[in-house]
Amino acid sequence: MTHLELRTTYKMKSYALFKKDWQSELRTRYAINALAMFILVTISVILFSIGQEKISANLTGGLLWVVIFFSAMSGLSRAFVSEEERGTTMTLHLLAKPSTIFSGKLLFNILLVYIMNFAIIILYSLLFNSFIISNWSLFLLAALFGSFGIAVSSTIIAAIISKASAKGTLYPVLAFPILLPLILTLLELTKFAINGKTIEASYVELAVLICYDVIMLTASYMLFDFIWKD
Amino acid sequence: MSSYSLTLQNLTKSFGRRLIFKNINTDFHNGNIYGFAGSNGSGKSTLAKIVAGVLSPTKGKVIHQINNKEIISEELHKHIGFVSPYLVLYDEFTAEENLLHSLSIRGLHPDKEKIKSFLDNFSLYDRRTDLLKGYSSGMKQRIKFIFALIHNPTLLIFDEPTSNLYIKGKDAVYKIIDEEYKEKLIILASNEESDLALCKTTLHVEDYLHDASRIKDNV
Repeated sequence: MTHLELRTTYKMKSYALFKKDWQSELRTRYAINALAMFILVTISVILFSIGQEKISANLTGGLLWVVIFFSAMSGLSRAFVSEEERGTTMTLHLLAKPSTIFSGKLLFNILLVYIMNFAIIILYSLLFNSFIISNWSLFLLAALFGSFGIAVSSTIIAAIISKASAKGTLYPVLAFPILLPLILTLLELTKFAINGKTIEASYVELAVLICYDVIMLTASYMLFDFIWKD
Repeated sequence: MSSYSLTLQNLTKSFGRRLIFKNINTDFHNGNIYGFAGSNGSGKSTLAKIVAGVLSPTKGKVIHQINNKEIISEELHKHIGFVSPYLVLYDEFTAEENLLHSLSIRGLHPDKEKIKSFLDNFSLYDRRTDLLKGYSSGMKQRIKFIFALIHNPTLLIFDEPTSNLYIKGKDAVYKIIDEEYKEKLIILASNEESDLALCKTTLHVEDYLHDASRIKDNV
């Protein structure tokens, strides 16, 4: 088997695991329902609390990432927690090597985060009049890399907390310090996009975002072997 | 025929301060059936899980070798078929889907003919499109056997293989063991006399409990 064939097989195995998870999700609706409910509830609460008040565009942009952060906390732990709760973790151990499992779960969370963020941004644009983005390219670029970072961090944190007893509480507690640098950079970039700053002028923040993604991805693959055993 | 050997070196496991077994040193080779025996809670399943690579030992090493070449832990799953009461398949999928997914995730061709023949052998073909959550415990036990055998592994670890099975089911399991052991290495973890009667050598897990802890318990 050539090196290229080996790599293709590795990708196919991860994709097969992703397919299994996606089919399972469509049948159980565990994460999708939790995410959809959370998005609707948080956006409604924000809308009701604002009422007739006029809030600034920057504040609306900030609230967008608050909704995204807490929505991610409500559904993205599913990747590993559901396997642990159903007792199927051992089955996965017997099926594939750790890196394949992490890749499969990461693919699932990436898809979920992109669907979730797409839905939130659409709802937000429709419901909040003060949410006016002047530079959509910058905002979408930030959302693209930011969503990837959220997916990677959420997946590795889900793997860490899946074996703990208080999973629900531990997830946001552990996620907060890990996601804080990402959320702060995203807040900054959203402010820039609202104020109409160009992509060229936002290079530093974009570079920080990409570095965060690369560092988290590398650290997650290195760490997962140790988390997965036992 | 490939040769498979398994070496347990100073294998020790404890959960917190509770010692399960200490310093197990032994070798297993293919073409034989070996048994892990002991009373309930003695550590048979723990030892089986450590050998299967799904649990780490507190001390010591498990060395798997195929054709005198050591298998790295990342590749171990390709060579192991494991049946255990702790093994749970996906309830939201049918038997056929479970097997198709397991083959795809292993990177093997999801051969429907192969799946059909396995389901036929285990009398599950007629129920192949039923969700696993509707299966009885005996049927779930049979699907676990297919899950363990479908990728043709060289090391088969059966933990309580005949639990939940009626006489006919037990006979089917004994037939599989009889067919497979000539080329493979089979380990049975059980306290059923009929299971252990098949084994060439039986390792009594309780014999490896440190004496001091026993005395301490009695006090």
